[in-house]
Amino acid sequence: MVVVRVALFATCVTDTLYPRTGQAVVRLLERLGCEVDFPAAQTCCGQMHYNTGYPKHAAALAADYERIFTEYDAVVAPSGSCVGMVREIYPKLLDSTQAAIRSHELSEFLVDVLGVTDVGAYFPHRVTYHPTCHSLRMLKVGDRPMRLLRAVRGLELVELPEAESCCGFGGTFAIKNADTSSAMLTDKIKGITETRAEVLTAGDNSCLMHIGGGLSRLRAGVSPVHLAEILSSTEEEPWQAVA
Amino acid sequence: MAGRGVTWLGTPTFPKAARTALADTQLRTNLRNATTTIRGKRAGAVAELPDWEPLRLAGEAIKDEVLADLGTYLERLEAAVTARGGVVHWARDAVEANEIVLRLTREAGADEVVKIKSMATAEIGLNEALAEGGVQAVETDLAELIVQLGEDRPSHILVPAIHRNRSEIREIFRREMPDVPEDITDEPRELAEAARRHLRQKFLTAKVAVSGANFAVADSGSVVVVESEGNGRMCLTLPETLITVMGIEKVVPTWSDLEVFLQLLPRSSTAERMNPYTSVWTGVTPGDGPKNFHLILLDNGRTDTLADTVGRQALRCIRCSACLNVCPVYERTGGAAYGSVYPGPIGAILTPQLLGEDVDKQARSLPYASSLCGACFEVCPVRIDIPEVLVHLRAEAVQAKNKTSPEAVAMAALAWAMGDARRWAAAQKAAGIGRLLSRGGRITSLPWPGSKWTSSRDLPAPPKETFRAWWRRTRG
Ligand code: SF4
Repeated sequence: MVVVRVALFATCVTDTLYPRTGQAVVRLLERLGCEVDFPAAQTCCGQMHYNTGYPKHAAALAADYERIFTEYDAVVAPSGSCVGMVREIYPKLLDSTQAAIRSHELSEFLVDVLGVTDVGAYFPHRVTYHPTCHSLRMLKVGDRPMRLLRAVRGLELVELPEAESCCGFGGTFAIKNADTSSAMLTDKIKGITETRAEVLTAGDNSCLMHIGGGLSRLRAGVSPVHLAEILSSTEEEPWQAVA
Repeated sequence: MAGRGVTWLGTPTFPKAARTALADTQLRTNLRNATTTIRGKRAGAVAELPDWEPLRLAGEAIKDEVLADLGTYLERLEAAVTARGGVVHWARDAVEANEIVLRLTREAGADEVVKIKSMATAEIGLNEALAEGGVQAVETDLAELIVQLGEDRPSHILVPAIHRNRSEIREIFRREMPDVPEDITDEPRELAEAARRHLRQKFLTAKVAVSGANFAVADSGSVVVVESEGNGRMCLTLPETLITVMGIEKVVPTWSDLEVFLQLLPRSSTAERMNPYTSVWTGVTPGDGPKNFHLILLDNGRTDTLADTVGRQALRCIRCSACLNVCPVYERTGGAAYGSVYPGPIGAILTPQLLGEDVDKQARSLPYASSLCGACFEVCPVRIDIPEVLVHLRAEAVQAKNKTSPEAVAMAALAWAMGDARRWAAAQKAAGIGRLLSRGGRITSLPWPGSKWTSSRDLPAPPKETFRAWWRRTRG
């Protein structure tokens, strides 16, 4: 299937803090034959507002999203959590959710829409995968990310103990219940270091920011890398750690 | 607590109570061991049934039908119970319900009642109310007994003493049971035997028993209690007078509806295929069982909860405790941090709703005691979308709060900036100044409230160029 026009919804976190993930999605999708556009009017899905108890602010952002993305065949975002918001929550906030219905999380888009699991990537590292809660339970992406990772040349995939337990991020939860959040993070990090992986990957930069923040504090020597960056890495253009 | 309410709220807010609990490593170990075991078992028991999802949908549908027409079903229940020789009482709140039980106990000439596990009576603080009236209540469920003797508070729906390990229980028994053998070990069998001996005397002498109810069938007037030790059966059959306190949402339309719940409940709660003891009684039967049966239908905030179309799904709860056992927050903080007889995810949505306008700071902090990971919704046998209700209650809490709270102002400012791409780009640029705080690509310390983040986590330094700036530069 040839998707004529794909809109990238970068998400506010990736746009602001992890531009490399956005660039990786563009590179990957173009390599797979898509025409990618980044509608510049986009900002944020409104999840933080919605989850913290400000549904009106969230509804305004949802309406913007609908308007901005409505002309595209498909919208792709490198975040299970934001796509979960868009696809599962927007119907509660808006009357029309056409763009929301056509929105996909990256691994869903690759596997279900483009029909590929081997994206031609090369990533010679020992990697463990954290299935973030919203990808797992809201979107039910299942083993799609794992299938994509298993097809990456050079990649050694190691299973994460208690993979399905929450990392403790939860948006403002990390601030409002900082102690509990940290306790959850500690256990998640314990699992990660047990795998002796060099790289921790996931489909959500917000969770990676949380876990990565803990790994960095402990100087654990594990790099958090978004799934998109692994999949965009090739022999010709390999992924490189940021200095 | 005066007026209607859920007993013993008013403890510190959740984040504070959680901090205390988190520091208790014994508690964390006990909880982790217990919840991990039951989690695995539940998953196995559920996987055995090919029709688990249809069963959940059926459970949800039956409960929703009841809630949509609760008045009718309750009246039908009342008529059926009365026709079979029982007496039905309606209690608006905790005070009314407690008064009825006390009056009935006095009328029966008793100063002691035996009790079988009932969340409703814990919710209304019955034991304390009876004690004030000179009546002693004896818990006969083993876990409840441990909590009662330890002068403790329940921390789990099904296993109220989940926070205790065997040797702690042995200590409590040695301290509080006059007839316990000196050399008792912490073997579960020995502990159970000690409890049995302790309780036997009570069963044989008690004139009045108080029970809860898992379900009541509107059509037949039958009341159902499920339990695993058989002590409930003693309470339900030996005393002369049986008083059941039941939340009004526990009614189901017909006998055949029970079939669905008797499958959903045991697998979700104890990971058993069938509940060891399922007791059903209908009114009174001359020459068999109690001579007098009283059913108290307790509202205590349920009607108000029903009025909220999103929040009312909490009333579908069958108290299986599956949501507690999978909750990463409960697993680390334990039940006491929730300050209510209903802990964990269900407690976080049920307690504030039952309290309604009486809601205090502790209750208001409960909807935030979740990372919204969704594990609770995934296991709930009656498909209560707990995350949805949590977020809904957060919105209500925000509404009730001052619009100029720092959080509300920040959220409004953020929404304003995000409402327009140019304003957003400007905000991103401002955030980029955060680079000044960073060393080696990371920010290790932020001023309050960011300090709550940096207490255990670094932040990445904002990049020199945002994604949108990159796009404009290279593609725009
Ligand atoms: S909310 Fe659902 S999972 Fe939790 S105790 Fe009630 S029925 Fe069980």
